[in-house]
Amino acid sequence: MSALVDIQGLSRSFGRSPVLDRIDLRIEAGEFVALLGRSGSGKSTLLRVLAGLDEADAGRVTLPKRRSIVFQEPRLMPWKSVAANIALGVPNARASGAVALALDDVELSHRSEAWPLTLSGGEAQRAALARALVREPELLLLDEPFASLDALTRLRMQGLVRELWRKHQPAVLLVTHDVWEAVTLADRILVLEDGRFRREVHVALNHPRRRTDPHAAALEAELLAELGVEQADHHQHHNPHSERIEP
Amino acid sequence: MADPQRLERLSEAEAKPVRRFGKWRVGASLLRLLSPLAILVLWQLASLTGVLTPHILASPLDIAKTGARLVASGELVTGLGVSFLRVLAGFAIALVVGIALALAAGLSRVGDILVDPPIQMLKAMPFLGLLPLFILWYGIGEAPKIGMVAFGSVFPIYLTLHGGIRGVDRKLIEAGRTLGLNTFGIIRHVVIPGALPSLLVGVRYGLSIAWLSLVVAEQINASSGIGSIITYARDFLQTDVIVVCLIVYALMGLLTDALVRLIEAHTLRWRSW
Ligand SMILES: Nc1ncnc2c1ncn2[C@@H]1O[C@H](COP(=O)(O)OP(=O)(O)OP(=O)(O)O)[C@@H](O)[C@H]1O
Ligand SMILES: [Mg+2]
Repeated sequence: MSALVDIQGLSRSFGRSPVLDRIDLRIEAGEFVALLGRSGSGKSTLLRVLAGLDEADAGRVTLPKRRSIVFQEPRLMPWKSVAANIALGVPNARASGAVALALDDVELSHRSEAWPLTLSGGEAQRAALARALVREPELLLLDEPFASLDALTRLRMQGLVRELWRKHQPAVLLVTHDVWEAVTLADRILVLEDGRFRREVHVALNHPRRRTDPHAAALEAELLAELGVEQADHHQHHNPHSERIEP
Repeated sequence: MADPQRLERLSEAEAKPVRRFGKWRVGASLLRLLSPLAILVLWQLASLTGVLTPHILASPLDIAKTGARLVASGELVTGLGVSFLRVLAGFAIALVVGIALALAAGLSRVGDILVDPPIQMLKAMPFLGLLPLFILWYGIGEAPKIGMVAFGSVFPIYLTLHGGIRGVDRKLIEAGRTLGLNTFGIIRHVVIPGALPSLLVGVRYGLSIAWLSLVVAEQINASSGIGSIITYARDFLQTDVIVVCLIVYALMGLLTDALVRLIEAHTLRWRSW
């Protein structure tokens, strides 16, 4: 069976040093993948190629036709109402009721005619999520969509994304700085470093994943160490599902 | 600004200073009328005592009377209609040309290279000084007047819209692309609405220049319109008529500006809530 996303030998460089260096990536339909990596490691660069905003310098890229992306900022058109933003680029979306359904999905029906500038940060990001979902994407790209939200709103948004993922079954590639976010949400976690995937972890833990679960906590600690963050009470657990990828 | 719901939510204690501030502001604006009124009174006194002769400047009361007479006779209204149509025609040309050029220069590199330099050069020209050329080219009919209005007001429209298009948030354009919009869709849903606030500033500025151009063009030669009333009054030393006409020009400027503000308030309601 061919994967939904199939990338082979993808490279992209700015100036001399490559940001992405012959990367291979396969994502199956409906799979939830999280992408970790230090700042400047090329996560957004990869997502922009997948979103079709940038071209790869080299490599073979197979992508599904219906893709959506949500950025760190909501990027709503401030001169269009929330509903009009969601309908943008989807013909007949308002008439067919798809916009109303999408608004309902993100619990924003009461703000459908509001101007984006009047929304709170969390509401705006939910509107952006609805705008991405109304296109019924096979691949949903999320580039740190919760990074600028407060901790409580972020938790709610994570729950919402998981719920909507289960309901609509898109493949998701979530870029995040929050290791715990990756551990709670993803089936698979990738760590990008020096232009390659340094680490791939299959997360086979039951949902909901809690910090009190020692396996989950151990995985978090391990990934944090991988990213160069030392923890005070750092115990080295071996995770059987994790494998090192040798460069 | 004054959102009733938000005001409602304020407690009595919080709301009071707001009201007091409002009252104080009304009082202040009344106070500001004091000195203009005093000037009018002094002016009237100077005219009454003969210090200011009607050949230099008519008295405020005479000006008011003359204004009423010119309105009643229909002379002023007819002249105003003619002048207004000139501004309308000239400004409409400026709007179409200015928007077309700004889109060409703002949306493509080639357009920018071709269009922007000559406009920047022409802009440096003192356009009122072009009047003699316009008269040579077009004679003394409507064309030089409408041409002056169009030429004067095209620059603010072009410059502000060009800047506005350049200033449209690239991130929003990217978002539009990820939503599958084509170039036309991006222009329609992102670039034009994003540049609209700038364009409206240009339209307001352009309108004030349009009236200014008209005043100058009508002074030189006019057989109809407000300019001709002024020319006639000058020959007969009727300073009252001249002042009435100047006031009419000013009022028309204010009126058209208010009109654009109204359009602004409607189309840009997304940024004031
Ligand atoms: N358009 C560009 N021109 C030049 N260099 C760029 C461009 N875009 C990205 N880069 C560089 O590529 C590298 C990777 O950038 P990228 O935005 O992909 O990082 P990131 O992993 O998303 O980082 P962060 O977590 O901070 O968002 C950085 O060093 C950045 O400076
Ligand atoms: Mg990034």
